[in-house]
Amino acid sequence: MQAMLERNVVLLAIATIITISIGALVQLVPLYTMETTIEKVDGMRPYTPLELAGRNIYLREGCYLCHSQMIRPFRDEVERYGHYSLAAESMYDHPFQWGSKRTGPDLARVGHKYSNAWHVAHLTNPRSVVPESIMPGYPFLVDRPLSTDKIVGDMKTLRVVGVPYTDDQIENAQADMLAQANPDEGDADAVLARYPKAAVGVFDNNPSTLTEMDALVAYLQMLGTLVDTKSYQTSPDGR
Amino acid sequence: MSSASLANTASSSAPEYYDDLIKKFVIAAAFWGLAGFLAGDYIAWQLAFPVLNLDLEWTSFGRLRPLHTSAVIFAFGGNILLGSSFYVVQRTCRASLFGGNGFGSFIFWGYQLFIVLAATGYLLGITQGKEYAEPEWYVDLWLTIVWVAYLVAFGGTIIKRKEPHIYVANWFYLAFILTIAVLHLGNNASVPAVLSGGEFTKSYIVWAGVQDAMTQWWYGHNAVGFFLTAGFLGMMYYFVPKQAERPVYSYRLSVVHFWGLTFLYIWAGPHHLHYTALPDWLQTLGMTFSVMLWMPSWGGMINGVMTLSGAWHKLRTDPVLRFMVASIGFYGMSTFEGPLMSIKAVNSLSHYTDWTIGHVHAGALGWNALVSFGVLYFLVPKLWNRERLYSLRLVNMHFWISTIGIVLYIASMWVSGIMQGLMWRTYDSLGFLQYSFIETVEAMHPYYVIRAAGGLLFVLGAVLMIYNLWRTARGDIRDEAPMGLDNTQAAPAAE
Repeated sequence: MQAMLERNVVLLAIATIITISIGALVQLVPLYTMETTIEKVDGMRPYTPLELAGRNIYLREGCYLCHSQMIRPFRDEVERYGHYSLAAESMYDHPFQWGSKRTGPDLARVGHKYSNAWHVAHLTNPRSVVPESIMPGYPFLVDRPLSTDKIVGDMKTLRVVGVPYTDDQIENAQADMLAQANPDEGDADAVLARYPKAAVGVFDNNPSTLTEMDALVAYLQMLGTLVDTKSYQTSPDGR
Repeated sequence: MSSASLANTASSSAPEYYDDLIKKFVIAAAFWGLAGFLAGDYIAWQLAFPVLNLDLEWTSFGRLRPLHTSAVIFAFGGNILLGSSFYVVQRTCRASLFGGNGFGSFIFWGYQLFIVLAATGYLLGITQGKEYAEPEWYVDLWLTIVWVAYLVAFGGTIIKRKEPHIYVANWFYLAFILTIAVLHLGNNASVPAVLSGGEFTKSYIVWAGVQDAMTQWWYGHNAVGFFLTAGFLGMMYYFVPKQAERPVYSYRLSVVHFWGLTFLYIWAGPHHLHYTALPDWLQTLGMTFSVMLWMPSWGGMINGVMTLSGAWHKLRTDPVLRFMVASIGFYGMSTFEGPLMSIKAVNSLSHYTDWTIGHVHAGALGWNALVSFGVLYFLVPKLWNRERLYSLRLVNMHFWISTIGIVLYIASMWVSGIMQGLMWRTYDSLGFLQYSFIETVEAMHPYYVIRAAGGLLFVLGAVLMIYNLWRTARGDIRDEAPMGLDNTQAAPAAE
C-alpha cells in the first residue's frame, strides 16, 4: 500500500485528502445539521444598523484579540461576568467574536454595566478611568463622522448569509441609524419596535454629529442584553 | 538565459535546478522574518507600556498584532516553506522545477503581493476579524490563485521525477500544500458586501456563531498542524540528514509519523473551545484526539533526533546542526505541552491566559524559527556557491542569544499565565472573588517586561544571522578559530 502511494503522487494526494477529511467531516457536518447545536431562546434579534456599524469598528480595531465574548460555566466567571454564554447569543454573528485571550476582561455581557459617558471616556483614554489599564486609546473615534450610506449593503449581504433582516429594517436603515443615536431628532420608538431592547441615546454626548464613537458604544451597550437569562435559570426549589 | 545555475556540479546527470528562484525566497524569508520579529517585540513592549500605542489607529495593538502573526507565520514561514520545498523537490526528484523559472517567479512575486496586500490592509483596518485568517476576500482569492500555481509547480516536479520513490520530505510538503488549500477555502467562505452596494473591502463570513467558531479553529489549529508542523517536518526530513550526513533514522517510523499526524491532527481543533457554547461531544472528541496526537508527534521527534546516531560529536563543532537539533527538542516539548493543555481540566485554567501565548511561542520560536535558521545557514553557502559560512562563531552566538531569548519568553509566560488563571478564580475567606480584573492586569507587568526583553534578544539574534548571511553571500570568510578547538581540557573526539 505504502509502496504504491509513494510511487504515485496523484494517489498520494488523494489518500492524504481522504485522511484529513474524515475528522473534518465527523466534526463539522453534524454541527451544521443537528438541531441541538443551538438551543431555542427568546429575545435574539439581528443587530440594529448602528450596532452593526459599531461591531464592524470592533472588528476593524482588533478588539477580539484582547477581549473574549464567551463566558464559561464556572462559578468565578459567572460571578465576574454574568450568566454563561449561550450558543444562541452569537447566532447572528458573522464572524463569531468569542476570542481566545483575555488581556482585558470578557465583554459578552458588558452591556448596561457602565454608563455611555464612562465608555466614551474609557475608549478615548482608558487610563483616565482605569489608571492601571494597558488598553490602547482610541481618541479618534469621537471625532470621526460615521458614514451611513453603505450600511444597507452590509445588511443585505448579511441577509444573503442568513441573518433575517426584513425589508422594513433594510428600507429604514439609515433613518434608524440616526434616530438611535439622536432620539430627539429621529423616531426612536420605531427603532425600538424594529429592534427590541436596543440602547437609544446620544452616546457620545454630541447630538450634532453621528460618530464612530456612537456606533461602538451602541454595540457595547447591547452586548449580552438581548436574552433574559433569568428565565433560563433553574433554581433548586423550582422558582 | 543564465538565470538558472547548476548547483550540483558533482553529478553530471543532474538536471538544471532553478536556484536563483530559491535565492529570492531565502532573501524574502530573512527580510520578513526580521520585520515580523520586530513587530512582535514592539507589541510585546506595548503590553508593558501602553503609551507605545501612540493613540494612533495604525499603531495600536489590535492592528499590529495581526501584522505580527501574519508576518512571522505566512511571510517568514511561508517563504522558507516555499523556497525550501522547491529546493528539496528538485533535488530529491532529480528534476528541474515544473513550469520553469517564469512560473516560479510568478509564484514568488504573487506570494509577496499577497503578503503586502494583507499587511497594508491590517494597518488600515481591513480585516475579516478571524484570527490568523484576517485577510479580506480579494486577498484570499489572490492567494488561492498563487497557491494552485504552487501546487502545480510542486506536484508537476514530482510527476517528472527520475527517482522511483517520492522522498518522505515531499509527502509532508504535499500534505501541507493540500491541507492548507482545503482549510483556506473552508474557513474563508464569505460574501463580499460590494455585491450589495457595501464597501469593497468588506465581506461577511457565511458561517455564524458556534459553527463559525468550530470552522475557525478547525482552520486555526490545522494551520499550526499543517503549515507550521507538516511543512516544517518536510524541512526536517531533508535538511537534518543532509547536515548530519546520516540517513533518516527509520523509514518505518516516517511512514507511521506521516499518516498518524495527518489523520489525527485534523480532529484537534475543538480544544480551542473547551467549556464554550460548543457542544460537549465535540469538546470531548477534540480533547481525545489532541492527547493521541502526542504519539505521532514524538515518533517524529525521535525520528529526527535519532538521525544523529553516530554523528552526535558534530553538535560540538557544527552550530548549524545545533540549531536543527534544538528545534526538534522544542518541537518535542511543545507537542507534549499541547496535549497537556488540551485536557479540559488544565484548559479551564490555561485558556484565555498568557500560558497559551507562551506555548505558541515555544513552538514558533523554538521549533519553526530555529529550524528555519538552520535551513537558511545551510542554504546560503550552497546557493551562492560559497565554500562555507562567513562565520560559524557568529552562528554559535546567534544560537545562544536566541535560545536564551526563547527561555525568557516562555518561562515568563508560564508564570504570568498560570498566575493570571489562578487569580481569576481565587476566592477570599468570605466567599467573594479575591481580585478585580485590573489587579490581575497589574500583576502581569514584570512578566510582560521579561517577555519583551526575551523577544529583543531573539530580534538581535536574527540581525546577527542576516549580517552573517550577507557576508557569506558576498564571499567573505571571517578569520576565526574553528569551532570546538577552544576546548582546552578535551582532546578532539577519537571516532
